[in-house]
Amino acid sequence: MDAHKLVKMANDIATFFESDPDPAAVTDGIAGHLRRFWDPRMRRALVRHIDEHGGEGCKPTVLAAVAGHRAALVPPAN
Amino acid sequence: MYSVKEPDAGTPARTSSEQVTLEIDGRSVTVPAGTSVMRAAADAGVRVPKLCATESLEAFGSCRLCLVQIDGRRGYPASCTTIVEPGMKVRTQSDPLARLRRGVMEMYISDHPLDCLTCPTNGNCELQEMAGVVGLREVRYGFDGANHFKQAEKDTSNPYFDFDPAKCIACARCVRACEEVQGTFALTLQGRGFESKIASGNTDFKSSECVSCGACVQACPTATLVEKSIVERGQPDHSVVTTCAYCGVGCSFRAEVKGSEVVRMVPNRDGHANHGHSCVKGRFAWGYATHKDRITRPMIRGSIREPWREVSWDEAIAHAASEFKRIQAKYGRGAVGGITSSRCTNEETYLVQKLVRAAFGNNNVDTCARVCHSPTGYGLKTTLGESAGTQDFDSVEHADVIVVIGANPTDAHPVFASQMKRRLRAGAKLIVIDPRGIDLVRSAHIEAAHHLQLRPGTNVAVINAIAHVVVTEGLHNEAFVRARCEQPAFDNWKAFITSPHNSPEATAELTGVPAESIRAAARLYATGGDAAIYYGLGVTEHSQGSTMVMGIANLAMVTGNIGRPGVGVNPLRGQNNVQGSCDMGSFPHELPGYRHVGDPAVRALFAAAWGVDIDSEPGLRIPNMFDAAIDGSFKGLYVQGEDIAQSDPNTQHVTAALESLECLVVQDLFINETAKFAHVFLPGSSFLEKDGTFTNAERRISRVRKVSPPLAGKADWETTLALAEALGYPMHYDHPSQIMDEIARLTPTFTGVSYDKLDRLGSIQWPCNDRAPAGTPVMHIDEFVRGKGKFVITEYVATQEKVTRRFPLILTTGRILSQYNVGAQTRRTANNVWHEEDRLEIHPHDAEQRGIKDGDWCKIASRAGETVLRCTISERMQPGVVYTTFHFPGSGANVITTENSDWATNCPEYKVTAVQVSPTSEPASTWQRRFGEFSEQQDALLPPREPAPR
Repeated sequence: MDAHKLVKMANDIATFFESDPDPAAVTDGIAGHLRRFWDPRMRRALVRHIDEHGGEGCKPTVLAAVAGHRAALVPPAN
Repeated sequence: MYSVKEPDAGTPARTSSEQVTLEIDGRSVTVPAGTSVMRAAADAGVRVPKLCATESLEAFGSCRLCLVQIDGRRGYPASCTTIVEPGMKVRTQSDPLARLRRGVMEMYISDHPLDCLTCPTNGNCELQEMAGVVGLREVRYGFDGANHFKQAEKDTSNPYFDFDPAKCIACARCVRACEEVQGTFALTLQGRGFESKIASGNTDFKSSECVSCGACVQACPTATLVEKSIVERGQPDHSVVTTCAYCGVGCSFRAEVKGSEVVRMVPNRDGHANHGHSCVKGRFAWGYATHKDRITRPMIRGSIREPWREVSWDEAIAHAASEFKRIQAKYGRGAVGGITSSRCTNEETYLVQKLVRAAFGNNNVDTCARVCHSPTGYGLKTTLGESAGTQDFDSVEHADVIVVIGANPTDAHPVFASQMKRRLRAGAKLIVIDPRGIDLVRSAHIEAAHHLQLRPGTNVAVINAIAHVVVTEGLHNEAFVRARCEQPAFDNWKAFITSPHNSPEATAELTGVPAESIRAAARLYATGGDAAIYYGLGVTEHSQGSTMVMGIANLAMVTGNIGRPGVGVNPLRGQNNVQGSCDMGSFPHELPGYRHVGDPAVRALFAAAWGVDIDSEPGLRIPNMFDAAIDGSFKGLYVQGEDIAQSDPNTQHVTAALESLECLVVQDLFINETAKFAHVFLPGSSFLEKDGTFTNAERRISRVRKVSPPLAGKADWETTLALAEALGYPMHYDHPSQIMDEIARLTPTFTGVSYDKLDRLGSIQWPCNDRAPAGTPVMHIDEFVRGKGKFVITEYVATQEKVTRRFPLILTTGRILSQYNVGAQTRRTANNVWHEEDRLEIHPHDAEQRGIKDGDWCKIASRAGETVLRCTISERMQPGVVYTTFHFPGSGANVITTENSDWATNCPEYKVTAVQVSPTSEPASTWQRRFGEFSEQQDALLPPREPAPR
């Protein structure tokens, strides 16, 4: 999957949840949205991009969400 | 007029808590106060002769046939215009009445041709019938009436009906239908007495303001206005009640049939969504169902450069199944998926998602709602708890304030627009929030109180500013919020919305809407009585589509405009079964009834019923499927009744994805743009060829009934069954009613739905279960589906699709009355006479700057691509904004649109594309030339075909 596109999509999701005044709710919201709506191959590709490129292009809240919910976001491959 | 006769009580029904008892011809009858004597007589089983009266129109009292005698009153009052009174004694038959009626009929017949035997409405003409009823035996004035039939010329300009003034009796039913039912006011009655003539302005019907809804034709008691199909084919012999396959209004129709051939579609008076009204598409544009382009034999080919080979159903199905199995074996279980269609029935979409989940073993299923109302599902589920509109259509009749946001109902939902316009003419106030001056802003007897002509992409800033005014001016409904909504979420939202950055003054420069206009509109919405919001794709098809839907829900909640007739949040769904396809589990994260695949209890329910494990992970959405195809992890796709190659944004990206697939199976009526990239073609069946149900924008489930056998031998649901069986997952249904029974067993909001009940009640609005056995017209009455309503912070975020010096204009797209979405249906009808090409609408200022004249070719370039269209210069656009429709594939409207999408759902941002427009002498872009060549190549690869049987 195109990592740049995934980064943009994740950042857009983050932008929405960042308006929540509770910082924990922001990262939970981002991770929850990725978990509920993204196919696992998209989540894996995003996490791989973050791992391999130092999170290039990702908002800090995206990085925090992935770091805090990594196990839930990256299920074992089929 | 209906061929298959229905009772006509002559004047509209009245509702009143007060009942009136009277006596008609010695029979006692009790009716609601306000009822006409004519209608009361009909209730008592007494038929009063009539010509100018029909129950869809208010009484007119011109024909003088319905005269009666009333004890204690002098003269002979017209029963249609006389209102019942307690104790009234009415006589409908007497010698004087008989003489009067015969005299009236003599006058009519003296100026009417007596060509009954060759007349298209012979045997179905009210004038003919009334002549018999009143016992007309002579016409003392001769038969040479010079005023109508001798001087009149027939107007055949409309492609669907003729106007023969020779046969007109000047009853004005057509004029009144145009005014009262349709609200267009295209017809007038000119002159008096024998000089009275019906006119469509000073021009013919086709060139007039007429929108060809057919209301006038239906109202005509003679053959003055008559469908060309009746002229050509004669009267039908029976009718079948079914549901229209066009927009989300979901009109009920009587398909009038001769043998198995449809000769006319007439709107069903008992239809709960349309109450006997129709638009040009549903009423007339059904000829596509038997168009010569229909593909009626299955076909396969090895690659898209090879010729198609016609094969048996068995071979086509076996080939498709073996390809999907091969792909899964080679690339993994998640390498294939399916797309359901909002133009197919609930039962068919249910089967496709079941096939994907049970036979493919993944959740890679999506539907065309992805590109239209997926943000509605997300936004309303989050705030209110259910992914659906809150009201029935009839609710609008109770609204005092109507807000229309990003919708153009007169073009896209015409029958509901007529109902809305009736309410507006009766005094409801209108607020329009739209970048364009849509027809509703100012039309016959209607003028919006406020038109907030915002810049495309600033919806959220506008809705926030409105809410800001409501809360900071203390106009909100504190008691409703306290009782019905989550308090902490409200407190957070209140702190956000009252922030000065959301004020109309702070956002005016950004939105282009003056602060005072926002303040005035906000005050009207909050204090004008019951206020209802109706919205369309101008809300959802944005990068903040879901945010905007939640902003709308916030506004409705904070003013208490939820949970009763006359209020609510009402998404106007684009296609006939968008609501239904979403309800049926077509999204890759939800099983039927909007239940997430991650919920173990829900999965267990379906696993037990289907006998398979359900994948707990969400699957790919349509745009993700395209990306995964290009990436190489997605190789096989089953598409039922959708044309993603034309309808989805950034066409070149879509077609690259389709070319990457190893097996594309398309099930459709026609070789659409997507099918040109297919390896297997399975012939589809039109809505006239199958049984099932559609669910409209008001959650109304209505029956689709088979009128004729499937042209290709299989209804769509049978084809999916065959494919599932070949994949090794046989499903056992003999009839779609059994599919609905399974849906009801597995879906709490459908528990009470069955074909038997649908036949009994006519239609049902879900939820339909033990708590609401007859369905639910208005939702969230005592509490929200989610319990407490949830306010969500809706911070405005500008789209990343920016205007620049290179791309200084914003393109927005939409549809037009006579065409429908990708045009696969309407382009194969005579509707093309009104719209034969997509054009670019541009403001005179922008056109002049570029040296563009009306009708010129112009190049439209965006960051995604280029296309060439003719220009129409129009002041409906604001400077800086251009507009086009997307009904013709060669127009390449989606070559220009980008992949920007809603943050929550990936719904494309069709409504905002930065473009440059420049004059050109070339009538085609590079893409359009390539498209033309590719289409020609694909046409040449088709086997020679015989025309489809009519």
